[in-house]
Amino acid sequence: MTGRPTDREPLSVLDRPNSYIGKTVPRPNLDRLMQGRGLYVSDMELPRMAHVVFLRSPHAHARITAIEVGAARSLPGVIAVVTGKELAAVMTPWVGVLSHLKGLKSAPQSAIALDRVCWQGEAVAAVVATSRAAAEDAAEHVLVEYQELDAVTDMCTALDPQTPVIHPSLGDNLAFERNHDAGAVDQAFADSDEVVEATFVFGRHTGVTLEPRAVLADWNAAEARLTIYQGTQAPHMVQNIAALHLGLQEQQVRVVCKDVGGSFGIKVHIYADEMATYALSKMLRRPIKFVADRIESFNTDIHARDHRCAGKIGVKRDGTITAFEIDDLTGIGPYSMYPRTSAIEANQVVNLIGGPYATKNYRARARVVFQNKNVMCQYRAVGHPIACSVTEGLVDLAAMRLGIDPVEIRRRNLIADDAYPCASPSGLRFEKLSHHASLDKLLDMMDYEGLRAEQAELRKRKIHRGIGIASFIEVTNPSAAFYGVGGARISSQDGVAVRLDAQGSVICQTSITEQGQGSESLTAQIVGSVLGVSMDRVRVILGDTDNTPYGGGTWASRGAGIGGEAALQATKVLRKNILDVAAAILQSTPAELDIVNNSVVNADDGMPRIELRELARIVYFRPDTLPPGIQPELMATRHFVPREYPFAFTNGVQASWLEVDTETGFVKLLRHWVVEDCGTIINPQLVDEQIRGGVVQGLGAALFEKCIYDERGQLTNANMADYLVPMSGEMPDIDVGHVVSPAAEGELGAKGAGEAGTAGAAAAVTNAVNDALRPFGTIVTEIPLTPQVILTALGRI
Amino acid sequence: MTAPMPISLRVNGERVDAHVLPRLNLADFLREHLHLTGTHVGCEHGVCGACTVRVNDEIVRACLMLAVQTDGASVQTIEGLSDSGEVADLQAAFRDRNALQCGYCTPGMLMAAQDLLKQQPEPDRDQIREHLSGNYCRCTGYHAIVDAIESTARSRRERK
Repeated sequence: MTGRPTDREPLSVLDRPNSYIGKTVPRPNLDRLMQGRGLYVSDMELPRMAHVVFLRSPHAHARITAIEVGAARSLPGVIAVVTGKELAAVMTPWVGVLSHLKGLKSAPQSAIALDRVCWQGEAVAAVVATSRAAAEDAAEHVLVEYQELDAVTDMCTALDPQTPVIHPSLGDNLAFERNHDAGAVDQAFADSDEVVEATFVFGRHTGVTLEPRAVLADWNAAEARLTIYQGTQAPHMVQNIAALHLGLQEQQVRVVCKDVGGSFGIKVHIYADEMATYALSKMLRRPIKFVADRIESFNTDIHARDHRCAGKIGVKRDGTITAFEIDDLTGIGPYSMYPRTSAIEANQVVNLIGGPYATKNYRARARVVFQNKNVMCQYRAVGHPIACSVTEGLVDLAAMRLGIDPVEIRRRNLIADDAYPCASPSGLRFEKLSHHASLDKLLDMMDYEGLRAEQAELRKRKIHRGIGIASFIEVTNPSAAFYGVGGARISSQDGVAVRLDAQGSVICQTSITEQGQGSESLTAQIVGSVLGVSMDRVRVILGDTDNTPYGGGTWASRGAGIGGEAALQATKVLRKNILDVAAAILQSTPAELDIVNNSVVNADDGMPRIELRELARIVYFRPDTLPPGIQPELMATRHFVPREYPFAFTNGVQASWLEVDTETGFVKLLRHWVVEDCGTIINPQLVDEQIRGGVVQGLGAALFEKCIYDERGQLTNANMADYLVPMSGEMPDIDVGHVVSPAAEGELGAKGAGEAGTAGAAAAVTNAVNDALRPFGTIVTEIPLTPQVILTALGRI
Repeated sequence: MTAPMPISLRVNGERVDAHVLPRLNLADFLREHLHLTGTHVGCEHGVCGACTVRVNDEIVRACLMLAVQTDGASVQTIEGLSDSGEVADLQAAFRDRNALQCGYCTPGMLMAAQDLLKQQPEPDRDQIREHLSGNYCRCTGYHAIVDAIESTARSRRERK
């Protein structure tokens, strides 16, 4: 080890001996999950715990004219049967709007429907019993009389004058509209050599977390405290909202989040049935557990996408893109979700269209309408798959019209790698992106020219393979600009506390949460590296509002970039504090000392001076031996939120290689490549696996996943056999590469990676299918790309 | 609803005697009566594979089997396979390859993987993918799981 300047920190606190940054190390505590010793909410039991089952509306839209609960109440094991009106005495209703989304409106929503149901699956009564089976038996004896109302199901006609208005007090079915006009769009189209238009259709789909939503609420009347065990991505948000609507102080609510069986954005919202469970616990003064069954999951977990987006692109003969224009429509169900709202996805579509490209001419309209279907809200890669599919679909169609290669048109139009910082026509600010370097790397990884030759050869044998490419940008590390500015109490900052324990190990409490991404690992890697201790000496505590600093949690690709930076900064302070004490003990100066391998060492020659274990012993048990005036602080807390940029944009590019069977319409995925740039990579393996998992969720949307509603608002495939998700046999191997442009703000330089895979996968697949179908002179612009869609495009059915 | 019925079986080698309702499925029996919560419930209709357990050396969906059907049987759950060390190498490969994220599918995935490796010591990637097609994973995209099983198969062959 070499000497370093004594009057300042080294250039990078991460550039240290035995650093874990950039290394693949296994996540701590995986054995627990692999041995069946995890603790998911669905596994939990408490003394006197009762189970709630919700009776749900079979109608998409109906007035409740009577509820008869007497028979159910008298059944064995039944503790209570509670209607919406009874529950309203305990819990106030909510409205899912944010003030920065101008004009966004929604109607008050109650935990259990009061006198009207607005989608199939809305809860109309809660049955609480000693077992779930007993509650389900009793639910069959609750008699509800409905008067069916006209259901608004088609988003395309939701705004027509003859369509009923779902919430008359709102005046119409328009929840939100945004218009954006930048540059000189009309002139740009007029000056274009070609203008290409297409309408892109996206199926409504959902997250299908393998563990359904689950909550166990425990109101302790003697303590006047509610403990909520819930698989949530945002414990402090749940704390705030539960307290607000139960009339409690936040300190009266503790949210504990143990193992979570998948989240993907599904578990970052406030659901009516979960709110009802908190309220029932308070009402009945005992622990109440709710675990959604799979049918309930499909009918009540948020849905996403379901957009219909008309797009238009103008190009010059040389391939220069002159303008983009879109008109996007989406139907979000009967309420805007609380508290993040259901306007964010459409807003993101407007923000992100054309984002990778240099053109400054862009016009967009997005409309968000109410309908009598399940609620829609933010799911992994919010808006990105739509924006990417529309943008990259238009770019490929333009290239096809001009007869130039899809790679060539991108090279001519992607923002140059040396053009940063710059802004998009929708106002997004980019600090540093790497579209061209990423594209070059991708082409190299996939052997683009080789694949083109193979494709041409196979075409002669009537084998129709396609290559699809999709560049994308991704929103990560969101600041308060996402939710806070709109009035939501959703923290954009995160906090980390680190302390040296009495045996020289480190206890680290962080406000980010773990759902399998590796939050615990990346935190331990950062703390261990910055402090100079081995990872097995770092214990990370997360998911408990009583025992972590205040913060946002894990969503919107923010855990590593924001929580990781807080961990770095807190550990720097702890390191300084330890070296101050060590200097006093060793009669040295902090600048002459370092911490390496769990010991304080000489900074210049690395000679061990005192083990942290021994230092901790002295501090905690023999402080009397320290020099006078020394008060060691072996605990440090720091918080972080990005301030210079509202979002840390990342970028990447994906490619799909697939084969279309033109007789059956089936698509076989052969290979998939991703190159992305998430800045500093803390753990390469974890980043790659986030990308791969994200890609497969995007591939599900591309080929299989769709919530199929009939015209009466009935969800017809609400089970795992009929709603198809990707299975191992259908998925390709996925190659992942990286370009690294560290974020400038903060010292860690990490940006998010959790949504990049989902952002571009469907676009790459759709472009590849159209590439494969090129000899047939047809294109598809609708996902999922089912055999029916493809055979229809081929004119075979 | 009819009266509880007596059953006697072996679970992870231990004898278990219980009275269960005829409608109780094996997954709920393991989870709620024996508190073996490593067997997970994902879909409750035999599609997702999270509840995969071994009954008399065959892997089954515990949500599709009634507890009363296991009278006299030998049932192995992930807790039993872990404690006996039977899948220790597979678990190590999963850990090294990060072949799990949320971990909810993992017990069932390990059950299915071990079943494959017992039947077919040299599976190729397509055979691995085919054998796992009844086990959904929503986090990993499967690639890492296939890698982990492939490397376990390789190291088991090399050990022989």
